[in-house]
Amino acid sequence: MTQRKRLSNTQISSQSRRRSEVAVAEEEDGDLTFTQPSTSQVQRGLERLTSAQVDQKTAEVVQYFLVKDQKKIPVRRADLVKHVLKDYRNVYPEIMKRVTQSLDQVFGLKLVEIDTKNHIYILINKLEPAEGAPLDNSPTNPKMGLLFVILSVIFMKRGAVKENVIWHTLKKLRVDPGEKHEEFGDVKKLITDEFVRQRYLEYVRIPHTDPIEHEFRWGQRADLEVSKAKILEFMGELHNQEPQSWTQQYRDAHSTPNSTQASTSSQR
Amino acid sequence: MSQQMGDSHRRFLQNMMANGIVDEQDAKTLYQHCCQTHNTQCILDKLDDFIGTINSKLQPMFMQIRKGMSEDSGHQYYALVNMAETDVTRMSSDYTDTELELFRKTMDLIVSSENGKASSTDILNTADTLSTKKLKKSETEHLLNRLVHDKWLNEKRGEYTLSTRCIIEMEPYIRTMYQDQVKVCHICHNIAFQCQICENPTCGIKIHHPCVARYFKGRTEPQCPACDDFWPHEIPEPQRKGKKTELIYMYLHVWVHS
Repeated sequence: MTQRKRLSNTQISSQSRRRSEVAVAEEEDGDLTFTQPSTSQVQRGLERLTSAQVDQKTAEVVQYFLVKDQKKIPVRRADLVKHVLKDYRNVYPEIMKRVTQSLDQVFGLKLVEIDTKNHIYILINKLEPAEGAPLDNSPTNPKMGLLFVILSVIFMKRGAVKENVIWHTLKKLRVDPGEKHEEFGDVKKLITDEFVRQRYLEYVRIPHTDPIEHEFRWGQRADLEVSKAKILEFMGELHNQEPQSWTQQYRDAHSTPNSTQASTSSQR
Repeated sequence: MSQQMGDSHRRFLQNMMANGIVDEQDAKTLYQHCCQTHNTQCILDKLDDFIGTINSKLQPMFMQIRKGMSEDSGHQYYALVNMAETDVTRMSSDYTDTELELFRKTMDLIVSSENGKASSTDILNTADTLSTKKLKKSETEHLLNRLVHDKWLNEKRGEYTLSTRCIIEMEPYIRTMYQDQVKVCHICHNIAFQCQICENPTCGIKIHHPCVARYFKGRTEPQCPACDDFWPHEIPEPQRKGKKTELIYMYLHVWVHS
């Protein structure tokens, strides 16, 4: 189980951890009522439950994660406890152990805690995207294309880009953030709100600017899900250039084996 | 008999989660793709065993890949269903309460109708009677489009029917909610909406169109299988599997045996 170890190393840089704390600070209070039960508390809790009850609750939590994942919404432990676990909070660690195992063994999904302070979870696909997949008509795809463009620009600009640069780039691709797009709807909202909530992007205020300016960075989900090497390959094709010719980016792309997918493929 | 799940099973399941429902041919293509991607053996006749392995692991999660027939074409479909909530709550992450109420009322209309259909006019009139919030005409039309797009309803010439996905997934719900109204097909014993009905008033059994086609095929004097009365309806031709299907079969056959 090497991928577990590797993942915890790259889970989050301390920098991004600090940024996300700011984002969730106002909703943090919900979690204060929940303290992680001790091993003996869990043991006593389990003795009072039938195994069917524990299975049932495990199934509910798995479904909760799957539903949230369809819209790529991260799950906060506080919400999970409040809405799903309810009276089972005293056996939380045991349920989560089973949930993690089910998601992994049955669905090929990895449960990742992207924020260890506020306990926020997302699911990452352990299976590599396959070439020539049939039936790939999911409606999110055009949005993912747009996201890929934005992530590429940020990556090529070494990690952070002022928002004006993004808007300007998109206008050149005939996507105007000020207008309603037939595929994306409110483009600005999609990028600064939906992608941010899904943790694909970070949209942060640049300090001490007047008027206020924001910049974009990669979000934690992008770090875990999107291959930088693939982006560089794509840029190479676009510019008819060898990926290696962007020396810095090439080093970035190949020094951080961030993807969980890389480790699962070796299990075959 | 339950085999261990591998990455090919997991990939198949992920695709089912993304699509909700696939027809038998697409399921076979997908099965083949998943096996090929993970270098595992693909035996086309064993698709149901392959799915059985997935189902054995899905069962504790109260989910299942269930097979069902399209009332329209008679083709088989596979749908990923949620057994924990046989209520329409399965859709609750995608639709508001008001929208779900309209969907329920549409189901009421379809189930209580003679022909298993509801006209858009009737549905639009129902939209005025919602308890939660009134829906505007344009909002209702938009919602109906979404329900068709998400494969919960079918639409033909302004008339709405329950989709194959809806019938497979909601079958337990429909059977409980509409106990007195719902009828099953005399041939396949599944719920029947689009069907022919025996005109003998003491009989009145229902048979799906594709089941009629298969049952009466080659019989010159069709008789009701229950009361032996003359079957007065036009007997549809059994739907052949399309060209596309045959090509895929040939392709798969070549691939499996190469």
